[in-house]
Amino acid sequence: MSSRAVRAPGAAASRTVRPHPGAPLSWRRVRKRAWSVGFYLLVLIVIFVALFPFYWILRTSLSTNADIARGTEATGLAPSHLSTNAYSQDFSQQHFLTPLINSAIVALVATAITVVVATMAGYALARLSIRGAGAILGFILLAGFFPVLAMVGPLFLLLRDLGLLDSIYPLILAYLVYTLPIATWLLRNFFAQIPRELEEAALVDGATRLQALRKVVVPVALPGVFTAAILSFILAWNDFTFAVSFLETPGNFTAPLAIVNLGQSQFQVFYNRIDAAVVIITIPIALLVLFAQRRIVAGLTAGSFR
Amino acid sequence: MATIDIEDVSKVYAGATEAVSELSLHVADGEFLILVGPSGCGKTTALRMIAGLEEITDGTIKIGDRVVNELSPRERDVAMVFQNYALYPHMTVAENIGFALSLQKIDRQEIRRRVGEAAEILGLGEHLRRKPAQLSGGQRQRVAMGRAIVREPAAFLMDEPLSNLDAKLRVQMRSEIARIQRRVGVATVYVTHDQIEAMTMGDRVAVMRAGRLQQCDAPQTLYDAPTNLFVAAFIGSPAMNLYQADVDTAGERLRLGEQTLELPEAMRSESVIGPYRSRSVVVGIRPEDLADAALAGEGSADGRLRGEVDLVEALGAEKLVHFRIDARRLDAHDERLSTDEDVELGAGEIGAAASTAGVARVPPASAIEAGTQATFAVAVERLHLFDPDSGEAVKPVGAGRPTGEPA
Repeated sequence: MSSRAVRAPGAAASRTVRPHPGAPLSWRRVRKRAWSVGFYLLVLIVIFVALFPFYWILRTSLSTNADIARGTEATGLAPSHLSTNAYSQDFSQQHFLTPLINSAIVALVATAITVVVATMAGYALARLSIRGAGAILGFILLAGFFPVLAMVGPLFLLLRDLGLLDSIYPLILAYLVYTLPIATWLLRNFFAQIPRELEEAALVDGATRLQALRKVVVPVALPGVFTAAILSFILAWNDFTFAVSFLETPGNFTAPLAIVNLGQSQFQVFYNRIDAAVVIITIPIALLVLFAQRRIVAGLTAGSFR
Repeated sequence: MATIDIEDVSKVYAGATEAVSELSLHVADGEFLILVGPSGCGKTTALRMIAGLEEITDGTIKIGDRVVNELSPRERDVAMVFQNYALYPHMTVAENIGFALSLQKIDRQEIRRRVGEAAEILGLGEHLRRKPAQLSGGQRQRVAMGRAIVREPAAFLMDEPLSNLDAKLRVQMRSEIARIQRRVGVATVYVTHDQIEAMTMGDRVAVMRAGRLQQCDAPQTLYDAPTNLFVAAFIGSPAMNLYQADVDTAGERLRLGEQTLELPEAMRSESVIGPYRSRSVVVGIRPEDLADAALAGEGSADGRLRGEVDLVEALGAEKLVHFRIDARRLDAHDERLSTDEDVELGAGEIGAAASTAGVARVPPASAIEAGTQATFAVAVERLHLFDPDSGEAVKPVGAGRPTGEPA
């Protein structure tokens, strides 16, 4: 906020000739300042709207049951004292670690498979002259945005007949149904933007197609590969629909599914436990995005071409 | 180290556009051959076929003793410098230069030694650990060269490597590339659209137009004895002055508008001028073959042309005199000079303007001024005559040389 507000008068002075020093603010400058104040006010509002729910989750997760029971009228915006009881209870009594590990396995393996397969498929679609590549791409995009709920039924029957229900590994295959199309589409577009000469240089330098892909194209398209990986991970990590449809035994639950059963007892809903679990599963995503953002920006500083 | 043999090579793209037709060229070991022509003439396609980046529709390409038609780029043992350098942005300069060697699984010590050597030749020693993004245009160009020479390949292929540099750097790199090529002594095919690069860098120059080879000769031969109108107009700056002229019935004089020029002895023989008696030809005069008559002296036996001077450009070492005479000039729009293929050549369509421009290159001592009449002494023995229909040069007997062979 300050940089704009400070610079504006100086900039105005250099452009307009002042009649004498210390003249009252012109309308133009007042309006300019009002604009920048308004702009940052709007930014603050947006940030507040976006972050407040998360703050509330964090607040609830750090409250005791007693505080929650007394309601917000008594406690205000911040809890009267902070307690990590909900977190420790999640792990000690509710065995939340198991679904976390299940989620991690499913999301990581699905992501790894997605990145490898989508890279090769995307590259082929971007570079090789394939008959009907346009139609294939259209179909891939369609598949990527196909309503998840519409796929549950068929997939359920398929997994049931194959005897693959209630296990996290078939779940990985189910996630590929929508991570792969989106990642393939994304990577194809990234690869299509990479100058052909770069691979041709690698080919003339003695690389095979696969070496050119691995050693030149993928490193150059790293921002795209990261984006595809993050998207796949988030899709798999956040999924509830497939998990609730295909899993049965609590020991096989993924984290989002486990959260639902977490705070329920016969007499009471433990909001603080639920929110503590929500905070826990949010952390990997937040870290991932922060870390990846830096990688993506770093990857954009290319310099092979003029 | 090897030769490159291109025999009757054609490239037809889907949709039946013929990018290269029946191209035959021989590049001797260590020779620097320039492929030059206007954009879209097929020179880059030809280069890419040698590299293996483009399939060959017809004909054979040999590198050394091997026919490489069906080989992938990596099996051909050629190095290529791309127009936009195509440096790997994620690798340092050293990694860029050493990439080909590391693919060959050469041991690291050896790679480092050879990269160091190449960097030494190119003056890149202190930049080895930088990324391409941190380099200037000229340095990137050198890295691209380094990537090529470090491999000690059978042949170098260069696709307009200087076109992305500013004018000053281009002049500097021009001589540098020629020097490096001579030093490593590898057969080189260099593609450019710049006729100055073509004239200054190569041992021989192959001029292409619309996929066809027009002429392949040493630069000076190309300049002195162009085989057709296209080559005559393409090579040389300022370009050759080309006018429509009429041959008299005796085959001794040329009429340009109201003025006449005596034909030199060598051209008067029946076998040369015979077919053109009482017909029109295209006459070509290089700007430097038009001297200021006031400086040439009375005694000279040269022809004379008078012109209306429009503009005098003093370049220091010389003056360029732009003038008009009342002969019809062939300009760049003429179909015989244009790059389109398959145009019907009709004599009736030669340049529409009745009085057209020309350029003379005179010494700075010349007193010719704009807005005056000037008389030029024409070096008639260096006149070029061309058939108005085919565009082929009308040559004194024995002056021709078969194209496509080493000079």
